[in-house]
Amino acid sequence: METQIGLRVDGTRHTVRIDTRETLLDVLRERLGNTSPKKGCDHGQCGACTVLLDGRRVTTCLALAVSHDGAELTTAAGLASGAQLHPVQQAFVTHDAFQCGYCTPGQVCSAVGMLDEASRGWPSACTEPGELVRLSDAEIAERMSGNLCRCGAYVNIVAAIRQAAVDADAPDTP
Amino acid sequence: MTEPVTVRSIGTDLVRRDAWAKVTGTAPYAVEHPVRPRAYLYPVQATVPRGTVTAMDTAAAEAVDGVLAVLTHRNAPRLADTSDAELAVLQSPAVGFAGQFVAAVVAEHPEIARQAAGLVRVEYDRMAHDAQLDPDSSELYAPDSVNPSYPTDTLDGDPDAALAAAAVQVRQTYRTAMYHNNPMEPHASYAHWDSDGLTVYDSTQGVHVVRSVLARTFGIDAERVRVICPYVGGGFGSKGTVHAHAVLAALAARALPGRWVRVVLTRQQMFCLAGYRTPTIQRVGLGADRSGRLTALTMDVVEQTSRIKEFAEQSGMPARTMYAAGTRRTTHRLAALDVPVPSWMRAPGECPGMFGPEVAMDELAVACDLDPIELRIRNEPDRDPDSGLPFSSRNLVGCLREGADRFGWHDRDPRPRRMVDGWLVGSGVAASTYPVNQMPGATATIRYADEHYTVSIGAADLGTGAWTILGQIAADALQVPVEQVRMRIGDTAFPYASVAGGSSGTTCWGGAIVAAARAFRSRYGDRPGDGAEAEGTLPDNPERKHWAMHAFGAQFAEVRVRPDSGEIRVARLLGVFACGRIVNPRTARSQFVGGMTMGLSMALHEDSVLDPRSGRVVNHDLAQYHIASCADAPSVQAYWLDEHDPYVNPMGSKGIGEIGIVGTAAAVANAAWHATGVRVRELPITCDKLLG
Repeated sequence: METQIGLRVDGTRHTVRIDTRETLLDVLRERLGNTSPKKGCDHGQCGACTVLLDGRRVTTCLALAVSHDGAELTTAAGLASGAQLHPVQQAFVTHDAFQCGYCTPGQVCSAVGMLDEASRGWPSACTEPGELVRLSDAEIAERMSGNLCRCGAYVNIVAAIRQAAVDADAPDTP
Repeated sequence: MTEPVTVRSIGTDLVRRDAWAKVTGTAPYAVEHPVRPRAYLYPVQATVPRGTVTAMDTAAAEAVDGVLAVLTHRNAPRLADTSDAELAVLQSPAVGFAGQFVAAVVAEHPEIARQAAGLVRVEYDRMAHDAQLDPDSSELYAPDSVNPSYPTDTLDGDPDAALAAAAVQVRQTYRTAMYHNNPMEPHASYAHWDSDGLTVYDSTQGVHVVRSVLARTFGIDAERVRVICPYVGGGFGSKGTVHAHAVLAALAARALPGRWVRVVLTRQQMFCLAGYRTPTIQRVGLGADRSGRLTALTMDVVEQTSRIKEFAEQSGMPARTMYAAGTRRTTHRLAALDVPVPSWMRAPGECPGMFGPEVAMDELAVACDLDPIELRIRNEPDRDPDSGLPFSSRNLVGCLREGADRFGWHDRDPRPRRMVDGWLVGSGVAASTYPVNQMPGATATIRYADEHYTVSIGAADLGTGAWTILGQIAADALQVPVEQVRMRIGDTAFPYASVAGGSSGTTCWGGAIVAAARAFRSRYGDRPGDGAEAEGTLPDNPERKHWAMHAFGAQFAEVRVRPDSGEIRVARLLGVFACGRIVNPRTARSQFVGGMTMGLSMALHEDSVLDPRSGRVVNHDLAQYHIASCADAPSVQAYWLDEHDPYVNPMGSKGIGEIGIVGTAAAVANAAWHATGVRVRELPITCDKLLG
């Protein structure tokens, strides 16, 4: 069965006919030609397809497109503005937080979403009860463990996100 | 000596050329190229491990709106060469393993193809099968050689007698599990036929390998096959050889001329169609005198291969080279089973083959009441025990010593079961090694125009950094700033490059680029005109006849175990490597750290569970086949010695892509013993084994 939905992706509006069995990931990749989110497992187990959906990080392989009519999506391609990378992306470059690059757009989107969650005080499994969230390496690693990286760039990913978090907290310097 | 390159860009930590494209997700992987018109293939897989297809009903599938073709062994185009049984796709009704392709549906859209594939009805005449690796089976056999062409067995003296007479003896059996490469980008191909021939976008570690194999399989000239792959989403060996899906894509495209037929394996399908590392059973014997000097070393390995195609992992190899020993035996025996076809996975041979011997060395150290580092130093050979040649460079001892300093080994209490904050804490060490491999034929061209040198070679970057470091090598060989070098790789439109395998890429492709640069400079000097062009091919290295060439390393692990639950964590991994000159410290560190992280994953998590009744891996997804996640690897540090080796190649470099995974699991197992007093000899190290 086919139907029509509207999506706003990286700032651009699209109206697209879809098969109602399609995931958001497949609509992005196959219908809209946005291959920034990757398909690594198609089962929500690897995180490579992570994008920001209405500001929150989601695995698009587990989201049926038909149930997200009108959604606003930001992929890693849309986080950069022109040649200017998002601070998280720049930190990934600085810390060589990737090798093959296939999980990287998902890692980047996940990190951006995660930093927002932490700034709202959302606890993780390793947050001490009653304590404020402090983004230690253990906190970052715990919150990023839904994004697998087979190249094993984890320690650099944590370092990159730590730097991005510190930079975001630092007062602007003239 | 090889004629060395004068280094300027080499050794600097240049940011990856492909960094921007990768962090934005705009680097195009295999099936992300915007080709049109497309068709989507979904395969039908055998549900029996051995047998014959006796009937196939495709009518319901063909009736689905949007289906373009249903291919079976009855109607698929014929292949010219079916000698490789893994690649003889849809050519006969024979089934050699569960999960093998028996049909395929091509449709206008992926959902339609998948739906229709589910409607194909297949009946089988099921034959008796064997999918259980049994080290005591009477049907084990000795292969003619082990991967790629090493002797199956070696024997020096009478190790059994020496072992029996030794003052200190270790005789144990060690097991490594079945592992799947699981690169994050699934194996995938786009294939297209027209009057010019076949074009394939493939996810591969070697576009020229894919071209030659597809040309042979389809019986056409290699010049009529173009394979393109600028970016590879990981491979770790599984994309180093051609697997059946690439043939299937080309086969279906031939049946649908003008269409780009897409095949992407699902994660589940990758567990039977993309290669894997065989499980190994390693019977290790170490005999030593009371001071720890080895008088006997035996390594007898049993592994599996598939009945339809042999792959013999060379797990006995490192035992031939690592240590001096008065007598020595290494053997490989295979069980040919009705299972998917095994193949390369990161450091085939060395990776599994260092687990048993390096844990056995730890056991010997305990038996001799010696520090395990000192035990290894006492058994340093002055020549390669296997070839009898001197080493071009060998700095295992330096790695052990520097690693001990950096890790904080010196105040280690050798007694196990130290308790800190409710955790049993232990530390362990193991050695690493990997050979310096070279394959012939790599060729590069260099062309000058618009104040830039464009270097073209059909090489691959699967995350290794080849895009970047080949540019650094070219810059230094041309004696120009690296900013003036443009790289073109990943396309058979560029000259031949050997596969990204055996940690040989930098040696082979870099050597070709140096040859091309020297030809260029000798012809055009410092001031070439637009259009100046030269080609160079990797020369033979005559030094390889005179020296044994290997990289070495030392890996240290700190492990924490909960005494009541057996929960185990690797708190810290630290590796020191001696791999010649490091071309780019940034990408090199990532290679070492990545290998070590995959070694941690092997030590604690990875285990493909093959059901002997069905011949299938039952935990065939990333929820059940666990690979290390971010929180599993809190501290992984890699360092290297400043090693100068004038014999290996003009860059003075040794391969670094694989050594990081070699020895890691043994270091973790040795640390787990130190933490708990329990010696685990079978990977992965799970809580049940520590509590048992």
